[in-house]
Amino acid sequence: MADDIPARSTATVQEQAAEAEDEREAERSFRAAPKLNKSPLHGLWALTNRDLVKWYKNPIQLIISLVQPVVWLGLFGKAFNIGALFSSQPGVTTAEVNAVNLATFGTTSYFSYLGAGMLAFIILFTAAFSGMSVVWDRRFGFTNKALSTPVGRGAIVTSKILQSVVRSLIQAAIVLAIAVILGMDTASFTVLSVAGSFVILFLMAFGLSSLFVMLALRSSDWQTQMAVINLLNLPLLFASNAMLPVKIMPGWLQSVIRFNPVSYAVDGVRQMLLGSASATGYAVLAPLWVDFSVLVGFAALLGILGIVLSWRLLSR
Amino acid sequence: MSQQPLVKVEGLSKSFGALKAVDGVSFEIKEGEVFGFLGPNGAGKTTTISMLTTLLKPSGGRAEIAGLDIHKHPNEVRRVVGVVPQEYTADEDLTGLQNILLCADLYGIPRSNSRPHAMELLKLVELQDAANRKVSTYSGGMRRRLELASGLINYPRLLFLDEPTLGLDVQTRTAVWSYIRMLKEEYKMTLFLTTHYLEEADSLCDRIAIVDHGHIVKIGSPDELKASIGGDIIVVGVAEAEPDISEDIKNIPLVREVKKSGREYRIKSEVGEESSIKVIDLVRSKGLHVTRIALTKPSLDEAYLEFTGRSIREEEAGKMDAFKQRVTMMRARR
Repeated sequence: MADDIPARSTATVQEQAAEAEDEREAERSFRAAPKLNKSPLHGLWALTNRDLVKWYKNPIQLIISLVQPVVWLGLFGKAFNIGALFSSQPGVTTAEVNAVNLATFGTTSYFSYLGAGMLAFIILFTAAFSGMSVVWDRRFGFTNKALSTPVGRGAIVTSKILQSVVRSLIQAAIVLAIAVILGMDTASFTVLSVAGSFVILFLMAFGLSSLFVMLALRSSDWQTQMAVINLLNLPLLFASNAMLPVKIMPGWLQSVIRFNPVSYAVDGVRQMLLGSASATGYAVLAPLWVDFSVLVGFAALLGILGIVLSWRLLSR
Repeated sequence: MSQQPLVKVEGLSKSFGALKAVDGVSFEIKEGEVFGFLGPNGAGKTTTISMLTTLLKPSGGRAEIAGLDIHKHPNEVRRVVGVVPQEYTADEDLTGLQNILLCADLYGIPRSNSRPHAMELLKLVELQDAANRKVSTYSGGMRRRLELASGLINYPRLLFLDEPTLGLDVQTRTAVWSYIRMLKEEYKMTLFLTTHYLEEADSLCDRIAIVDHGHIVKIGSPDELKASIGGDIIVVGVAEAEPDISEDIKNIPLVREVKKSGREYRIKSEVGEESSIKVIDLVRSKGLHVTRIALTKPSLDEAYLEFTGRSIREEEAGKMDAFKQRVTMMRARR
């Protein structure tokens, strides 16, 4: 009996030692900081991906955002059948109507004309709402959480711009596909013209997203942000050539339109997708190279301004 | 091994316009210590955390964490600290695991490390079964635990907890407390927590700073704070407001201090049990009548009252704080 006692206590001592070792092990594994990936792109991608995952995991959001341009295309575009409007008049031949359409819109089909405008429309609206997620993140403390990590201040802003650009380009591609299914004229489509159009749309998306993200950064109030969106969205759309050619508008409106970057995007996309560059000057706002230059300038200016300004705002 | 403090704060201040939210606070936190900021809403607790976690630039003073100046090396500071903010910041549309992995990505921790570590942390806060569920399905307590786990993903040497149990039910509060104790005891982690719950500060903290109007009014261990009041407190109600017998009470042995307010005497005594009987005898011998007598052993509540001049329960929540609290509680309830 007496022999048992030292044996048991030895076992206890061993057990205790093992336990202590386990504990140290736990502490070590907890503290074993890994080799870090300090590339600024790592954090940028993580933040962008977060927003994109939220978006594609929630198809309702995607569908709702597509409803508006598709309704415009399908209902307004189809109902506003200018060709039929004139050719139904006595004594007007289809050839005459086509000539008028071609001169006014640069294409015989108003539906195709509007289709190009709708690509800009979806980019504009997606970009406008990119500011909302900035406001939500701020409101619910995610922005502060991200700011308390070493991720680049620039990455926090750039990710918001980038996710909006990716989303709007994907949505534009879907709208284009629907437009083609509904009867958009594809005669002038080439790989180059489609790719070129998306470069233009990219520049516009980048510039507009920067603008709206910048406007949203200081506000934590979504009502204000909604008001800003509504204040800018419709004027940017209507004071452009998205739905009607510039040259049928009054002079003062024409001047406004020439300051609206959306007009240059629509103009560029039309010239490439519909081949309307070769048409009469009536349908065209500016030469293609001017469209490109204006948009590159717009995207660069607002992108830099947005990132610099918000970097300063975020690192208070 | 030098015993350099992990956190060194000197005269840290922050003003918002004319409002001095934090007005020259100085303190040190040793490695492995649980340090608490105790004070009412609007005392400057969250502002101090925001400055130490580099979210706000101080208007004055300086602070070092692990030898790194928060102003000169903000990014290095961010790497050594973890933050559990007051609000629920997790993205509701992502799962618990995705949320933690996102945090890890922001620290640049490769997935090969962050994935097992995130699972380990989720297990620590008993969320492993909910790891792949969307956060929108989590209860308030689960969200709080998730915030705790995300705050630990970067292997912090110092963890900031801003009002960790605000708006939680008693059960969840107890659970959060046990995690905090575990972090301290098993992982030897240094913790900085803010709270306006006295019992929380009392039971968790090694040292407490009582803050009020942006100032630290007193720093010490809970026991030191209690002891510094100077003994037990006897409150005696007397039917007659006059005459004032304070001087006579003061002559009773062991009594240190007497304060009279209306018909009540607030008496401090080294041994309350002995003095209270003598006080009753004295009152009666003067021909007065005792209406009420209460003997309280010093609690943190008493200490708080002593140093700030008012009870913490009297504090009314500021407008913004009240809103934040409502949002947090609203989300906690679901």
